[in-house]
Amino acid sequence: MSFPWLTVMLAVPVVVALALAFAPKSISATTVKQIALGTSLVVLVLGIVMAIRFDNNGGMQFTETHDWIKTFGAHYALGVDGLGLSLVLLTVILTPVVILASWNDGDEGRWGPKGFFAWILALEGLAVGVFAATDVFLFYIFFEATLIPIYFLVGGYGGPNRAKAAVKFLLYNLFGGLVMLAAVIALYVESAKATSGPSYLLSDLSHLHVGTDVGRWMFLGFMVAFVVKAPLFPLHTWLADTCEEATPGTSVLLVSVLDKIGSFGMVRFCLVLFPEASRWATPAVVVLAVISIIYGALMAIGSDNIPRLIAYTSVSHFGFIVLGIFVLNSQGLSGANLYMFNHGLSTAALFLIGGFLISRKGTASISRMGGIEKVAPVLAGLFLVSGLATLSLPGLSPFISEFLVIVGAFVYSPWAAAFAVTGIVLAALYILVMYQRMMTGPGPEEIASSPISDLNLREIVSVVPVIALIVLLGFFPKPLLDMLNPGVQHSLVQVGAHDPTPTVPLSGGSGEGGSK
Amino acid sequence: MTHFTAPHIEYSQLAPVLIVLAVATLGVLVEAFVPRAQRYLVQVSLAVVGSIAALGDTFWVFDKLNPGHGTVHPGQVVAEGALAVDGPTLFCWILVLGFAVMGALLFAERRLEGGVTAFAGQASALPGTDAERIASTRGMEHTEVFPLLMFAVSGMMIFPAANDLITVFVALEVLSLPLYLLCGLARRRRLLSQEAAMKYFMLGAFSSGFFVYGLALVYGYAGSLGYAQIAAAVAGKTGSHGLLLIGMGMLAVGMFFKIGAAPFQAWVPDVYQGAPTAVTAFMAAGTKVAGFGALFRLFYVAFGGARTDWLPVAWAVAILTMVVGSVLALAQTDVKRLLAYSSIAHTGFILTAFLGARSLADIGPGNIQPVQALLFYLTTYGLTNIAAFAIVTLVRDSSGEATSFTAWTGLGRKSPLVAGAFSFLLLGLAGIPLTSGFIGKWAVFAAAMSAGAWPVVVIAVLGSAAAAFFYARIIVLMFFHDPVADGPSVVLPSILTSGVITVCFAGTVVLGLVPGPLLDLLGRVAVFIR
Repeated sequence: MSFPWLTVMLAVPVVVALALAFAPKSISATTVKQIALGTSLVVLVLGIVMAIRFDNNGGMQFTETHDWIKTFGAHYALGVDGLGLSLVLLTVILTPVVILASWNDGDEGRWGPKGFFAWILALEGLAVGVFAATDVFLFYIFFEATLIPIYFLVGGYGGPNRAKAAVKFLLYNLFGGLVMLAAVIALYVESAKATSGPSYLLSDLSHLHVGTDVGRWMFLGFMVAFVVKAPLFPLHTWLADTCEEATPGTSVLLVSVLDKIGSFGMVRFCLVLFPEASRWATPAVVVLAVISIIYGALMAIGSDNIPRLIAYTSVSHFGFIVLGIFVLNSQGLSGANLYMFNHGLSTAALFLIGGFLISRKGTASISRMGGIEKVAPVLAGLFLVSGLATLSLPGLSPFISEFLVIVGAFVYSPWAAAFAVTGIVLAALYILVMYQRMMTGPGPEEIASSPISDLNLREIVSVVPVIALIVLLGFFPKPLLDMLNPGVQHSLVQVGAHDPTPTVPLSGGSGEGGSK
Repeated sequence: MTHFTAPHIEYSQLAPVLIVLAVATLGVLVEAFVPRAQRYLVQVSLAVVGSIAALGDTFWVFDKLNPGHGTVHPGQVVAEGALAVDGPTLFCWILVLGFAVMGALLFAERRLEGGVTAFAGQASALPGTDAERIASTRGMEHTEVFPLLMFAVSGMMIFPAANDLITVFVALEVLSLPLYLLCGLARRRRLLSQEAAMKYFMLGAFSSGFFVYGLALVYGYAGSLGYAQIAAAVAGKTGSHGLLLIGMGMLAVGMFFKIGAAPFQAWVPDVYQGAPTAVTAFMAAGTKVAGFGALFRLFYVAFGGARTDWLPVAWAVAILTMVVGSVLALAQTDVKRLLAYSSIAHTGFILTAFLGARSLADIGPGNIQPVQALLFYLTTYGLTNIAAFAIVTLVRDSSGEATSFTAWTGLGRKSPLVAGAFSFLLLGLAGIPLTSGFIGKWAVFAAAMSAGAWPVVVIAVLGSAAAAFFYARIIVLMFFHDPVADGPSVVLPSILTSGVITVCFAGTVVLGLVPGPLLDLLGRVAVFIR
């Protein structure tokens, strides 16, 4: 039996989190932080080793399958393909970043740093589980379980209205999850009709034939949960409220990692399990995605609160991701898969640097900032780079993914592409206007009297790896694309979609991104 | 001269029930003959040892009736057709007896009230009189609660086993009467407690009236009270169909009242709130087991052939119960009342399994069966609920248990362990994954959906979302708010209560993580014999 990589990656953070939670009171805050950082670094190393050992054309790898609940057909089954691995990597990269960036954010909260870092580690483990689960039942368990750490992170460590925000977050997501539960149970009923008995294994379910109507209902059940999670209009309202109250670190884990469960789920479950229904629903989902792109961007332009603004940019970007998934061609889907990773990086940088600024100024209001770049040039510079990444400047990693999605959308329908492109224009507006209002020009009166300090070493060290990755993948996305593309082809075969035009050579697409 | 044949009684199969009845009767004698000072110890040990002995004997009967050869379902109709000792019955017995042990331990808790039990010192003394004060200063306590508990347990054991309508009615009364009494015996807030007992008694008697009327009508229809004969009459469509419909309706009213299904749920919040919390804990768990066991047997075995007639009503009742329970719970401001409404909502969730009724031929091998889902849910619900109510007894101020939401505000700051455990139990009741409640919910919903009741399942998941909201509210209250000044504190209980909490809590965790073995077992035993 081979080494259970995924189980270890899942279990290590959870076990350390439990140990921290029950650790004696005498343990000092610094020790807690060091333990948390050390654990997340160990998991990161495991993740890197896994990535090196990963065979791009090997399909599902690092698999583990054990019977769990026979009556339900549920298994403890883990495994990753390219998409799963990329999101697992995103999780294990961002967790140490967040821990380092949020070094002191847990001190003020309800349960002190011990609780804060314990919840973060627990979240890391559960997130790995979500992306690695190859059994629908197990996926559902992790899917719901991830809500609990975020709930306590928001409710215990956020701004003044955190309790309300936490409850809103929980209710929206539980609602989506419970609707999905109905579909998960229906899936059991369908699979129990098979002669081999009920099974929730993805490999068994992908051969399952369900009736058209039943399939469409189940698709809708899954889709509601995923649309809440990767917030699409009109189920997005919880995101901005939650991010406004949560600490920046929590927002990063929520938006960059956990919301990806939604788009990941669409690829992994909706397309694979319900191909007919996916094709049937495509027009409606594309319209929703385009509305989200434009609506999110417009709301971002109108926001005066930094985290709210970033949250709305994410609504817009999730619109792009979902658009790429549901145009059902290889450009769109590989763009969407790549976008999930890149959006995680750029949003994380934006949230964290925005958070550094907010903690210095004591306000999140954009209109009360100004002239920051004079007093804190490093902060302003890094903020600008991550902002430019968010607006998909060529040379930074999100550009390639956005480009591929729009190509895919164009192949699907020029109209969809035309509307989606306005999202890029609007993105330039919300990022650059925000930068202008916050960083340039003469500041308000008080900035002269109490100048803010620039980023310190810890803060720089925490965000620089993310920025470096954004730049690196902007010029050289090939390793990531090579990892993702076999899975893209597999998904498209499953859903029964064919590219109408010859496939654009994907490495050429990335080269184009690099050369600009 | 007519010949008299003595009835044939299978004593060995019935021994668990007989042990409980014997212990109860002995308990009455103890009250008469043992000096007051020693009664507490004698009664407690009698109840606990008796329940454990009956439990052990149930396992023995289980072992004897179940050859363990895969598909053979254990069971035997005993006592001239009055009782059916089969898989569901035996499992209900195990549950009821297990809950009885825990109930007895909770009843025996003395540390929380400063050396006396939570029951009235002298029930006959009017509240607020000198007699009451004298009784409490002399440290008097009613040890009769233990025999009463055992009588209720015997009723709860016979109820799901009953195989004819007379036995089921007698069991209904035997389990109810001691509970009415127990509800009125609280040491604190005695008026509230007596009001609860009165309400429970009045409404219970009223619903029993319905039940007896239905019994008579069904007898008129089938010409017999035995389930097997009724089933034959239903299958043969011999009598007047209208008579059957009214009869079934009346019987259902009596059953729905006992399990607290809407629109017969009005007594639940008042009784759960007014009764001593230890009684509420036992009653909530035990009555549900007995009531659902009897409901399923009556409708699956006797009226299974008339499924198409009663299923629509059951759909309506299940939906109404979930909606009423979840919506009214949103407006509660008292922990015990909230748990009561949550119990109504759970009745609705369990009733979804009731809708899973199909002919056995339609259930494929390895598929989940309604009775299997029911028994699993009852196990998880009982354990979680007993632990939750037991924790409620720990949060006290000078006037006894403090159950208002304001009193619970900020409890997480003062006592993180208790508040954390309570939160976990609430998550279990809400059916969040990795708790037993989730597996239970999954099982009952899957049973319902397999029989095509998907609209009910959709309403049930939406109801679960509403339910999650009111459970989350308490967690918010305990953890995200600061404690009020001179609020209640958590009193350290003796090993009795803490042991019960630990066991039930562990059950909630373990059945959430490894439910497989129990589900497999239930898959083998969950078939009624006919």
